[in-house]
Amino acid sequence: MVLLIAAPLALALVAFAMPSARRRPLVLLAGALVHAAGVLALLAAPPPAREGAWLAFDPLARVTLLTATALFLASAVYAQGYLARRADRDNRVFVGGLLVLLSAMTTVALSHHLGLTWVAMEASTLSTAPLIYFNQNARSLEAAWKYLLIGSLGIALALLGTFFLALAGAGPGGPKSLLVEDLLAAGGALSRPWVRAAFVFLLVGYGTKMGLAPLHSWKPDAYGEAPGILGALLAGGLTNFAFVSVVRVFQVTIAAGEGAFARDALMALGLLSIGLAAVFVVGQRDFKRMLAYSSVEHMGILAIGVSLGGAATAGAFFHTMNNGLTKGVLFLSAGNIHRAFGSKSTDEVHGAGRRLPLSGPLFLAGFLAITGSPPFGPFFSEFAIVNGAFGAGRYWVGGLFLAFLAVIFVGMAATVLDVVQGDPSDAPRVPGTGDSWLTAGPPLALMLVVLALGVFLPAGLKDLFGAAAALVGGGW
Amino acid sequence: MTSLTDLVFILVVVIDFFLLASSRLGAAIRAVATQGALLAALPLLLLEGGHQVGHVLLLAAGALAIKGALIPWLMFRAIREASIRREMEPIVGFVPSMVLGGIGVALAFAFSSRLPLPGGEAHPYLVPTALSTVWSGMLLVVSRRKAVNQVLGFLVLENGVYVFGLLLTGIMPVMVEAGVLLDLFAAVFVMGIVMFHINREFASLDTEKLSALKD
Repeated sequence: MVLLIAAPLALALVAFAMPSARRRPLVLLAGALVHAAGVLALLAAPPPAREGAWLAFDPLARVTLLTATALFLASAVYAQGYLARRADRDNRVFVGGLLVLLSAMTTVALSHHLGLTWVAMEASTLSTAPLIYFNQNARSLEAAWKYLLIGSLGIALALLGTFFLALAGAGPGGPKSLLVEDLLAAGGALSRPWVRAAFVFLLVGYGTKMGLAPLHSWKPDAYGEAPGILGALLAGGLTNFAFVSVVRVFQVTIAAGEGAFARDALMALGLLSIGLAAVFVVGQRDFKRMLAYSSVEHMGILAIGVSLGGAATAGAFFHTMNNGLTKGVLFLSAGNIHRAFGSKSTDEVHGAGRRLPLSGPLFLAGFLAITGSPPFGPFFSEFAIVNGAFGAGRYWVGGLFLAFLAVIFVGMAATVLDVVQGDPSDAPRVPGTGDSWLTAGPPLALMLVVLALGVFLPAGLKDLFGAAAALVGGGW
Repeated sequence: MTSLTDLVFILVVVIDFFLLASSRLGAAIRAVATQGALLAALPLLLLEGGHQVGHVLLLAAGALAIKGALIPWLMFRAIREASIRREMEPIVGFVPSMVLGGIGVALAFAFSSRLPLPGGEAHPYLVPTALSTVWSGMLLVVSRRKAVNQVLGFLVLENGVYVFGLLLTGIMPVMVEAGVLLDLFAAVFVMGIVMFHINREFASLDTEKLSALKD
C-alpha cells in the first residue's frame, strides 16, 4: 500500500528532473500503469487489516481507488495526444503535478488517520492549483487564485474540525487518538458537543473540496478554465476522495450517537446543491461551466444517498463510480471540442457531431448517461437512491430530487444539443485538432465501461458497494 | 510563568485587532511575523512536567522557522516586487471590521465558557484566543482586496487553528504536526507564485481585477 503512494510520488520527481518535454508525458503513462497494476494486485490479494495501522484497504478505498485508477489511466493516455498538441507549453509542472495529485488521492483513500487525511487533502489542493493555470492567461489565473484561496480556507476549517474531533476523544476513557478505528471503538465515550462541532467544521471543510453548495463557488471557474484532463481528474477523482473523507467522519459521528444530526446536515447540503445546479445549468452557454454545475449536482446526489441510509447509501457508492467515469467522458470530449473550435461558448460552437465524429457523439452520450438515462450506469445508481427515498417514506426528498433532475436534464440538453447539432462550416476552426485515437479513444473506452456498468453489474462489485455502505449503516 | 503566558495570549489577540485596523502592508506582515514568533513560544510556556520535551521543542522550532521567519520573508519579497504599500479601499472598512472583530472575541469567550473541555483543565485563555484568531483571519480574507492581505488573513486563520492544536500536543503524532507546518509553508509558497503571476498579468495585486468569471 505504501508503494501505491510512493511510486507516483517518485515518478513525479522523475518528471520534474527530466529534460525532454517530448518524452515527459510517458512518465505519466508509466505512473498510471504502475498505479493500476498496484490496485489490481491489492484487489486480488487484499492485505490483512493490522491493528493500529494508518493505512487500510477497506471497501471505501476499493470502490474509489478502482474508479480513480481507471480514470487516471484513461487521462494519461489522453495526455499523450493532448500534450503533443500543446508543445508550445512547458509540461513539466503539469505532468509532475498530476502525479503528485494521484499520490495524494491514493493517500486519502487509504488513510485511516484523520490527521494524515488532512495533510493529503491539502497536498491535493496545492498540487492542482498551478495546473489550472496551464493556459497562462488572465482568466485561468483568476480561476487558480480563487481555487487556491477558497480551497485553503476550507481546508483550514477542516483542520480545526479535526482538532475538535481529537479533543472530543481526549477526555478520561477517550481514545486520545485520531485513528478511525480507535474513535469508532470509543463511540459513546466521545464528548458529543465536540463531535457535533467537529462534524460541522469537517463537513464545511471537505465539503468545500467536494464542491457542495453553497461552498462550490470555485468550481465553475476552475473547471471552466482548466484543461479538460484536469477537469476530468478533479470532477471524477478528487471530489470522490473528499467524499470519502466526509464519509469517514460521518462514520465516527454515527458511532458517537450524533448520526441523526449529521444525516440532516448532509441532506440539507445535498438538496441545496441539486437545486442550485438546476438554477445555474438552465441557459448556461459555456459548456465547460455547465459540466461544473453538473458536478455540483452529483456531489449533492452523493450526500443525499449517504444521508438516506439503506439501499440508497449503497446506490451512492455505486454512483461514485458511475459519476467519476462519466465525468471523465464528458470532460475529455469537451476538451476535444474546445480545442477544435477554439471556443467553449454555444454562441460559436455548433456541429461538433459532424466535425468531430467521435468526440461529438461521445459528448452527447456522456450527457445522456450523466442525466440518468437508461441503459447507462448512472441511471441505476440514481434509481437506487430515489427508490430508497420513497421506500423510507421520504416523499418530499424523492419528489424534489426527481423534479430537480428533470430541470437539469432539460437545461443541459439545450446546451449540449446546441454544441453537437448543426452545421459547423461557419464556426471557428483550429487547424490540426481533429479526433485522433489518442484523444478520442480514452473517453470512448470510459463510455463503454459506463455502459457496461448499466447493462451488467458484476456481483463482486455489487457486494463491494454494499460493504462500503455497511460502514455507515446502509446496504442493499 | 502564568502571567507571562497570559501576556502572550493577550498579545496574540491584540495583533488580531491591529491587523484588522491596519492599512499598511509592511506593518501587517511584521505583525503576522510577531504573532508567529509568539505562537512558537507558547508550547514551551504551556509545557507541564517534563514529558514530551523533545516533541514540544521540535514544534516550537518548526513554528518559529516557518511562521516567524520564512513566510514573512516571502511576503516582503512579494510586496517589494509589486511595489505596493497600502490597502486603500477594503470591502469592509477598517472601523467596521474592528467592531466585527470585537464581537467575535466576545462570542469566543462566551462560547468557551459554555463548552467544557473533555481533556481536563487547559489555560483559560487558550480556546477563546484560538477562536477569535480564527474569526479575525476569516474576516481579513473576505474583507480585503489586496492578494497579500488575503494571504495574511489565511495565515492568521492558520495561527488560530495552531493555538487550538496546542490542546492536543499529547494526541497528535509529530509526523502529522510536521505535515501541517509543511503544508502551510507550501500553501503560502504556491500563493506567492500565483501572486507573482497576478502582478505580471495585471500590473497590480488587486483582486478586484479578478472578476471576469461569473454567471
